[in-house]
Amino acid sequence: MTDMPLDAAPPAETSQASEVRTLPGWLASWLLVSPLALVLAVFLLIPIAVIVTVSFWGYNEWDFFPDFTFENYEYLLSSSVTWATYLNTLKYVALSWLFTASIGFTAAYFLAFHIRSTVWQVALFLVCTIPFWTSNIIRMISWVPFLGRNGLANQFLQGIGVIDEPLEFLLFSDFAVVLAFVHLYTLFMVVPIFNSMMRIDRSLIEAARDQGASGFQILTNVILPLSKPGLMIGSIFVVTLVMGDFITVRFMSGSQSASVGRIIQNEIALLQYPAAAASAVVLLITVLIMIAVMLRLVDIRKEL
Amino acid sequence: MSEKRGAAFYVLAIFFALFVAFLYGPIVTIGILSFQGPSGGLTFPMNGVSTHWFFDLFEQQAVGDFWGSFSRSFMLGLMVMAVTVVVSVMAGLAFRRRFVGATWLFYLAVTSLIIPSILVSLGVGLMFDIAGITPNWFSSAFGAQLTWTLPFGLLIMFAVFNRFDKSYEEAARDLGATPWQTVRHVVLPIIGPSLIGVALFGFTLSYDEFARTLMTAGSRNTLPLEIFGMTTNVTTPVLYALGTLTTVFSFLIICAALGAVALTRRRKARGPSDAGKGMV
Repeated sequence: MTDMPLDAAPPAETSQASEVRTLPGWLASWLLVSPLALVLAVFLLIPIAVIVTVSFWGYNEWDFFPDFTFENYEYLLSSSVTWATYLNTLKYVALSWLFTASIGFTAAYFLAFHIRSTVWQVALFLVCTIPFWTSNIIRMISWVPFLGRNGLANQFLQGIGVIDEPLEFLLFSDFAVVLAFVHLYTLFMVVPIFNSMMRIDRSLIEAARDQGASGFQILTNVILPLSKPGLMIGSIFVVTLVMGDFITVRFMSGSQSASVGRIIQNEIALLQYPAAAASAVVLLITVLIMIAVMLRLVDIRKEL
Repeated sequence: MSEKRGAAFYVLAIFFALFVAFLYGPIVTIGILSFQGPSGGLTFPMNGVSTHWFFDLFEQQAVGDFWGSFSRSFMLGLMVMAVTVVVSVMAGLAFRRRFVGATWLFYLAVTSLIIPSILVSLGVGLMFDIAGITPNWFSSAFGAQLTWTLPFGLLIMFAVFNRFDKSYEEAARDLGATPWQTVRHVVLPIIGPSLIGVALFGFTLSYDEFARTLMTAGSRNTLPLEIFGMTTNVTTPVLYALGTLTTVFSFLIICAALGAVALTRRRKARGPSDAGKGMV
């Protein structure tokens, strides 16, 4: 253990000395959080500071160098490609949010209010969360045999005679991108919404029923408002994950669609670090604004 | 709740079953397709059944450095797991008291969790570049992954300590235990099962991490980077064989962790059997 100062504390001699701490409380707390603070300072704060700094630097074909120029931002914000890409990314965000929220809410609702045995509840909840601990890339690749030109979906649809020609839009399209996002990130909705729902006092539902509310009214007037914190936490995850994504869009669109993350990744690949840094700063500001708006609506720490 | 299952239950149950099929269907498919015959392709139909592609995987030329990348990912996962557990528990203990900067540090941890991964990747990569240090999986990638696993660990610890009954600690203190003895013999045994959960998050999130590792791993790839590289140039079921193997590995880890949690719970339910023994 690294908290030796606490370890080295001599035992309190008498019971009335139990109130006497060998270390002041605030100092003990500081020592205990110092590893966390150190990691976040070195691998989060400094890197962000570096990105912000480099975003004002200059570059040529083979190198980048210290400078103070707004050219990277001017170029970025005056380019119509940037705006089109942000629009396209926001489209992915909106669609992914809509589907993950509705599917996640329904699944969590079923788990929280229709499964009566705790054992089954835990088991089914685990079924929903286990994919989170497996590889996203494998889960993306696993759609290929489904969606490809000769994939299961096309074979099935042709088999039952719905279509004559294989559908080309299934793989390497916006459809595939959103499908993959929903597949990867719905559990980010299920878990916090389920958590919120389990905290709803069941007597509120009894009360609503006694007052003559229908099942649907209970859902919309009691359960939905009280699940809002969980829904909001899930939304923050989904929105930020989709906003910054560059792998899912690249793989599932067959490199045909653009997203903000892909722009940055392309600039990195071309070694245009100052341009990538400027793009990253704009992305960060965008995401922070979106989160700030969502955080206004919920206090995360109360929900754990 | 009503005694009889209504129609709503069955509709929702079917919905939930479809959702589970949606979650697991694709991975089951590539599991089946990885046993494709030697002349089979990336989609159905199966051209015979064989373990050809699994053997192919272990031949150095067929794919990249499979063993090297796997062992790097495994080691890195263990390192991240150990640090995540220790640092999260310490921070979780600290956050139970008010201290100056607590709110700021909490928001910093949340920022670390939801910041687009490409920023961490780019930032850490640039930092090492400018400092003139060669990025490596055990240095830059290790740190970059911690920015992803530590906030998860911290949030789990918050959840754990919010449900923690402080009267146990007060009892220990009244009996003359030092702060360290209280933590070691009272707090840690009680939160033990949750620590397995933190360890599971630490290991698996590191083992499968891609976005934050991409620019920080240096010249030697971790397994997810290796797999992603394969998607652009490998067009045989060997890709599925690798996917199947690493998914099976993940499942084994998850089962081990869940089994360990169940075991500690059961032991605890059997009664305060080992209470006091640890003090001697």
